[in-house]
Amino acid sequence: MTRDAHGLGRAELHQIYRALVLTRTAEERLETLQKQGHVTGGLYRSLGQEAGAVGAAFALRRRTDGTGDFLAPTIRAAGALFLFGAEPVDFFRQYMARDTGPTRGREANVHWFDFDRCFLGPVSPLGTMLGVMAGVTLSFRMRGEERVGLVFYGDGASSTGAWHEGLSLAAVQRCPLVLVVEHNQYAFSTPTACNTRVESFTEKAPGYGIEAESVDGTDVLAVFDAVRRAAARARAGGGTQMVELRYFRRRGHAQHDPQDYVDPALIAAWEKKDPLDRFRARMLEHEWATPDELRALDEEVFRQCRSAAETAVAEPLPDGPDALLDVYRDGHAPLPWTRAPDPAAALAGQVGP
Amino acid sequence: MTAPDVPEHLRKTARGEPVTFLEAVSEALFEEMTRDDSIFLLGEDIGVYGGAFKVTRDFLAHFGADRVIDTPIAEGGFTGAAAGAAHMGLRPIVEMQFMDFISPAYDVITNYIATSRYRGAGPVPLVIRGPVGGGNRGGPFHSQNVEMAFFHTPGLKIVYPSTPYDAKGLLKAAVRDDDPVIFEEHKGLYRAPGLREVLPDEDYVIPLGEARTVREGSDVSIVTYGSMVHRSVEAAEALEQEDGVSVEILDLRTLLPLDDDAIVAAVKKTGRILIVHEDTRTGGIAGEISMRVNERAFEWLDAPILRVTAIDAPVPYSGSLEDYFLPQTEDIVTAVRYLAAY
Repeated sequence: MTRDAHGLGRAELHQIYRALVLTRTAEERLETLQKQGHVTGGLYRSLGQEAGAVGAAFALRRRTDGTGDFLAPTIRAAGALFLFGAEPVDFFRQYMARDTGPTRGREANVHWFDFDRCFLGPVSPLGTMLGVMAGVTLSFRMRGEERVGLVFYGDGASSTGAWHEGLSLAAVQRCPLVLVVEHNQYAFSTPTACNTRVESFTEKAPGYGIEAESVDGTDVLAVFDAVRRAAARARAGGGTQMVELRYFRRRGHAQHDPQDYVDPALIAAWEKKDPLDRFRARMLEHEWATPDELRALDEEVFRQCRSAAETAVAEPLPDGPDALLDVYRDGHAPLPWTRAPDPAAALAGQVGP
Repeated sequence: MTAPDVPEHLRKTARGEPVTFLEAVSEALFEEMTRDDSIFLLGEDIGVYGGAFKVTRDFLAHFGADRVIDTPIAEGGFTGAAAGAAHMGLRPIVEMQFMDFISPAYDVITNYIATSRYRGAGPVPLVIRGPVGGGNRGGPFHSQNVEMAFFHTPGLKIVYPSTPYDAKGLLKAAVRDDDPVIFEEHKGLYRAPGLREVLPDEDYVIPLGEARTVREGSDVSIVTYGSMVHRSVEAAEALEQEDGVSVEILDLRTLLPLDDDAIVAAVKKTGRILIVHEDTRTGGIAGEISMRVNERAFEWLDAPILRVTAIDAPVPYSGSLEDYFLPQTEDIVTAVRYLAAY
């Protein structure tokens, strides 16, 4: 193995490659499922950003027994969830709102919790996750656990008050938290220049007294290195860290967004820096894998996604009345009286909900 | 390491002495933190200073800086951190220095915390507590009641006690509850001498969601909570003496979930209901209570459902304005007389 392999063995490099391909393939499969009418909600591609999520997650301690490093993803970080052990079939179930999915149809896409695999379901206002992850990692520090947390967020969330408040607390409490800002140059249709005057989000870090570095987000091993360094600093008691991933969102915010506010030439230029193409070429160049091995991985991932999608498609939606459950630990939301077996009696309170 | 002894000022109940509302809150927090070391506090000026109202005086020395955390002025950030810590099995208690300052945390409370269980996160055991209410010449930003900003959010519980006994028992129940609880403490009750009472010297909890009949009566029922319980009692005593009108008073204690059965029972008993709250009128809890009575006890009513509330304005500073702003005993007397004569 050459020293270019960043201390990674052949099997690990294959794992990284596989995670990139899985992200790309699963999202492409989702596009098909959406066209077929199976995905009813928004569909958010990470095209061009796959290396950020994969490289960052690969730099963390991944466990499935609830003792690993902890992750708060964004919609464009599915690759991180896969590396943390999320099953592609659950990813499809979430997008297709199946009863069998982790949130049983209550929530969509990557928004789900798994405390064994160590990730949590974010809310859409992503700056909010800074504070939540400050608390997750505060618990690690208080209990003397050698764990770190990692929170993904984007250009837009960096402007929220919640981001500032969460980071203020994390920084002064020296929480072992790594902030990973997905600087993909657009918050929906808003360019970065409308969100901040700074050229790099790392310029914000000194204002909080934390360390930061910026990295080419299309280079999966560069991301891996940067996040590994940041996580090591956090784990060693160095407090909160920031890593900026520089890349470009090559699709609209979601599939419903035609992205007509972006110069097509810019998108074409970034296509030349496709993270998957880059890593594939590097794998072959350094002979970390043979063309046959990569092809076999591609095909295996394709079959896995097809099979997982077929499984999810065949599964049922939740029953409507399940909407009443799990608002509180005990009891459930009141049954609408018009849907009770005897509406008049229900209205009079004679029939309990 | 052995913790220092319990501070003297937190031993009043152990000595059989009466405690104020504030002391009851402090005792509840101290006893819960002693019982369960997964409980910790987050808030502004709660450590060295002991809290703006001194609810956590001497807690820092006793429990240490990891369990009594002085935070940046970042209500949204530290309330979010409470949620994250709760995910990890801790039981955080957040102090809002004044509940008026909860608004930056509205996002994380309504979007994140309240939805967590529904989204599959399991329990999120945390309490957000702090002083509310007017009458202290605190002006618009140190006097608000915040219950209705959160009443509309499924997934939350809201508690608003009126006595030291209830405050202690309800706060303990809130801390032990696996769902997120907003706990409102009326600052006008904190040190009110007339409310001092001797509390049981053993551990007790008051279940959330159960109202308490403060006073039995047969002519008109008042449904109320918080500081207005005491004003309603004043009114009821005056009405009994001056008019011979018998007033029933129900203290809701928990606002979310509401004790529907107790409310309906109070209506059925007298056929006349007055809802009294210190919070402002439009969108106040009286509207929801009225609707529930309408749904479940319409035929028992002998008079319209009425309410006495603060006026729809920001809380004014000047005493003359604030007294006009707040519901007064005489307002309650007037309303009950109207109902009794209807």
